Amino acid sequence: MSATVHVGLAATVTGGVGASPLRPDGRLKVTGEFAFSSDLWADDMLWGATLRSPHPRARITELDLGPALRIPGVYAVLTHEDVPGRRLYGLEHVDQPVLAADEVRYQGEPIVVVAADHPETARRAVKAIGIAYDVLDPVTDPEAALHADRAPRVHADRPNLLRHVPIRRGDPHAAAAVVVTGEYEVGMQDQAFLGPESGLAVPADDGGVDLYIATQWLHVDQQQVAACLDLPADKVRLTLAGVGGAFGAREDLSMQVHACLLALRTGRPVKMVYGREESFFGHVHRHPARLRYEHGADADGRLVYVKARILLDGGAYASSSGAVVANAATLGIGPYDVPNVVMDAYGLYTNNPPCGAMRGFGAVQACFAYESQMDKLAAALGLDPVEVRVRNALHTGDRMPTGQLVEGPAPVAELLRLVQSKPPAGAADFPPGGTANTTRGEGVVRGVGYGIGIKNVCFSEGFDDYATARVRLELIGGRPAVLVHTAAAEVGQGLVTVQAQIVRTELGVDQVTIAPADTAVGSAGSSSASRQTYMTGGAVRAACQAIRTRLLDRLDGLAGELRLVDGQVRDADGGTVADVAELLGDEAIEETVQWRHRPTHPLDPETGQGDAHVQYAFAAHRATVDVDTELGLVKVVEIVTAQDVGKAVNPAAVTGQIHGGTAQGLGLALMEEIQLVDGKVRNPSFTDYLLPTIMDMPPMTVDVLELADPHSPYGLRGVGEPPTISSTPAVVAAIRAATGAALTRVPVRPEHIVGV
Amino acid sequence: MDFITPSTWADALAIRADRPDAVPLAGGTDVMVELNFHRRRPGVLLDLTRIGDLTTWAQDGELLRVGAGVSYTRLIEELGDRLPGLAMAARTVGSPQIRNRGTLGGNLGSASPAGDGHPPLLAADAQVELASVRGTRLVPIGEFFTGPKHSVLAPDELIAAVWVRPADGPEQFSKIGTRNAMVIAVSSFALALHPGRRAVGTGIGSAAPTPRRAAEAELFAAGQLPWDTLAALDPDVARRFGELVAASAAPIDDVRGTAAYRRHALAVLAQRTLTWAWRDLCG
Repeated sequence: MSATVHVGLAATVTGGVGASPLRPDGRLKVTGEFAFSSDLWADDMLWGATLRSPHPRARITELDLGPALRIPGVYAVLTHEDVPGRRLYGLEHVDQPVLAADEVRYQGEPIVVVAADHPETARRAVKAIGIAYDVLDPVTDPEAALHADRAPRVHADRPNLLRHVPIRRGDPHAAAAVVVTGEYEVGMQDQAFLGPESGLAVPADDGGVDLYIATQWLHVDQQQVAACLDLPADKVRLTLAGVGGAFGAREDLSMQVHACLLALRTGRPVKMVYGREESFFGHVHRHPARLRYEHGADADGRLVYVKARILLDGGAYASSSGAVVANAATLGIGPYDVPNVVMDAYGLYTNNPPCGAMRGFGAVQACFAYESQMDKLAAALGLDPVEVRVRNALHTGDRMPTGQLVEGPAPVAELLRLVQSKPPAGAADFPPGGTANTTRGEGVVRGVGYGIGIKNVCFSEGFDDYATARVRLELIGGRPAVLVHTAAAEVGQGLVTVQAQIVRTELGVDQVTIAPADTAVGSAGSSSASRQTYMTGGAVRAACQAIRTRLLDRLDGLAGELRLVDGQVRDADGGTVADVAELLGDEAIEETVQWRHRPTHPLDPETGQGDAHVQYAFAAHRATVDVDTELGLVKVVEIVTAQDVGKAVNPAAVTGQIHGGTAQGLGLALMEEIQLVDGKVRNPSFTDYLLPTIMDMPPMTVDVLELADPHSPYGLRGVGEPPTISSTPAVVAAIRAATGAALTRVPVRPEHIVGV
Repeated sequence: MDFITPSTWADALAIRADRPDAVPLAGGTDVMVELNFHRRRPGVLLDLTRIGDLTTWAQDGELLRVGAGVSYTRLIEELGDRLPGLAMAARTVGSPQIRNRGTLGGNLGSASPAGDGHPPLLAADAQVELASVRGTRLVPIGEFFTGPKHSVLAPDELIAAVWVRPADGPEQFSKIGTRNAMVIAVSSFALALHPGRRAVGTGIGSAAPTPRRAAEAELFAAGQLPWDTLAALDPDVARRFGELVAASAAPIDDVRGTAAYRRHALAVLAQRTLTWAWRDLCG
């Protein structure tokens, strides 16, 4: 007979759920001892290097590998003809060449890979390759790309329209008393992780390959690499190497297939590490967007309708553009209750760099536009910007434009009121311009702005989204210990800490080891979409629960509320019923669980109706800025934010995500942009791709709400993305409040503020 | 690539004469970036960090001789009182780590139009001491720069020092960047008032092929400032000074900013810094 068990989330569990134990990798990372993927080493390894196209669009007319092959120390020079399996890869559409064949479609597209006994030799070999191009006019304007008569096809076999997601709700012809329109533009942001693309491929005796790699999703890499190598999946084994940041940029393949090709060809381990400049060409970026909005409201500021058109530049290959377009469309009017919606979001192929996943994933671009519109609406009505948002705020029980019912807490109005209620920011530590002595107060005006955003958590549109966890409870040295094995990628977010916290809470065992993530266990899904604590956390919890059931089954005949605490089985009164070590004996209990969130459903292709998302997450920001109105320089003085996380599984990590996400949004507001001219990147370096420094990030006040979602583990809500979404419009709104400038494009540049 | 570390200045000059492909290396904050980005692969790196003499400074008569190897941090800490404009510029260079490594001589050697050290040296009429086995020469700073990243430095020469008069009046330096620290100048401006000889010095950074002075603006301000009465600055004079500074720039559009904005910002910086400096002079 089974025992009835209720596990209380008592804060008494040391290092359990709700606590903030130190991360196991924290000290190593701070002291510089942590081994990142770029530190991988094998004694007999070769170094890979890549020949990339300097042109955004060209035909390859000549290729002479001879000069490279003749360099002593060069072991292999491979082209698309050396790809034994599928020559294309891709997350949603298999459209991207492992190595370009006849045509290149973006600047930086890989054409040839080289392995040599020294990285410098490999680079010289790449330079020695003879190659000639017939350079073609690139398609760089996504608006033109949309029209067959205005731009050629980027891919001869398909139109440039990658995906169109329409959403129709209510009356498309609804009229309103107050109408505001606006056109907005979002520049191309980069994830700018600090650890460049890198990995080590080691050929195996069985004809397969072992790849040690920094990635976000081991199994989707494995699947694609195996297909390109024409090997069964069990011959392509991946182990997660130290990941130096991800933010979406590691969802697509970079050097994975290349390193494996070179390793299998040479019979030697091959390491590839991109430099900083190459990294800018080695991964996808955030989609640049052009957005046109029309908001209609009644005289009280209640939204009657929203019409929107969003154009997302997907670049040369599809990557995850389809899902980004769907996010922009479904989340594109924001966390507001609007009866009538006409939304059209488009993703286009162009010859610009490919764009794909980045923190916020389509919700970021839309939020800048709809929040700018809400401020415009407030101004048109003479209303406070927070008031107009609150009057339209989404609540539990409302429906999204897709018709999806908003279940669980939706504290949109509460979050807005919370950030508004904080005392005004004090004096800034220093004026705009920082230490550069540009003002003694001349021209400096303060402004305050607000933003709120909405994000879906986990994968959407009917995707079979699951995570696998293998958990083993056994005695080590007479004490109960737990080993957790998953393929979930720790990308810096703290997942390894969270997994151990869940085990401690569920099994009352202090000693928890997280095994290296690899493909020897089932897929965990991607460390993206703010989903991994939800999903792999959910899987670990479910596996622990299965173990606990088997363990307590041994307490034959004993019923009641039992807990596992401090290595003991305790009853509701805290009395010890049994000792876990004695109950366990010499036999380990192991459970492998494949865990799924509630199913989602596709969107209707005509109307965009459907229950496409699993969970919604919300964050609000208030930004206070000082602007030097004569020089156009900005100092963000303070940011206040509030976010509902359902349950803060690790409060320190939650706060860290909110700080970091907010900084990334501030970066998009003020400085982060890959600048393109005719499809070519002008600033592939951290000298000119500017990231916010500590002098740019202000002190933050962070309020974390814990309104439990009844459907998720512990009630938690994904945390990573929402802070990135609403900080951008809040900062820009504050600059507008200070200057009166229209500022319809991010990043805002000084010349936009001063109008020269 | 050879890496040579001479321990004396004479050895360094001899090697430099012998190996025209040698790239001198001091703090490495420019050179190492170039190497890491594979933009440069010199035959020889000539490491000057062991030559103690390069890292000293001393007063020699009326002038200061600042060794080429003096770091930005030391300019701030040790010469902030005597060379306030240069110290202000040094404060805007990179991060603390970069300021600890980077040197005034390295800044000149790179000869970037955006080099932060250049405008205050222009405003202060500094001279650059260049040395080779052939001898030593002094080049006025205004003649040192010949183009973007080019100077009069001969292939066999090394930058030994900068000669500069300690400030004889208020100095200012302002720099525009698109973030609040660790940024290359979008444009910058240095100003020095020389009340003893009723002269005004200027230096413009990052707004022309080379750092340059705004000669017309200097003459205008020198003529208009009320040196005798030390009366408050006429705002129209400050504004006109700004316009003349902007007019003497020759900026371009690039990833860091537009030409129009650079001109605009220079006018604002010049107007503000003249106002501050005059206020400082009048006490």
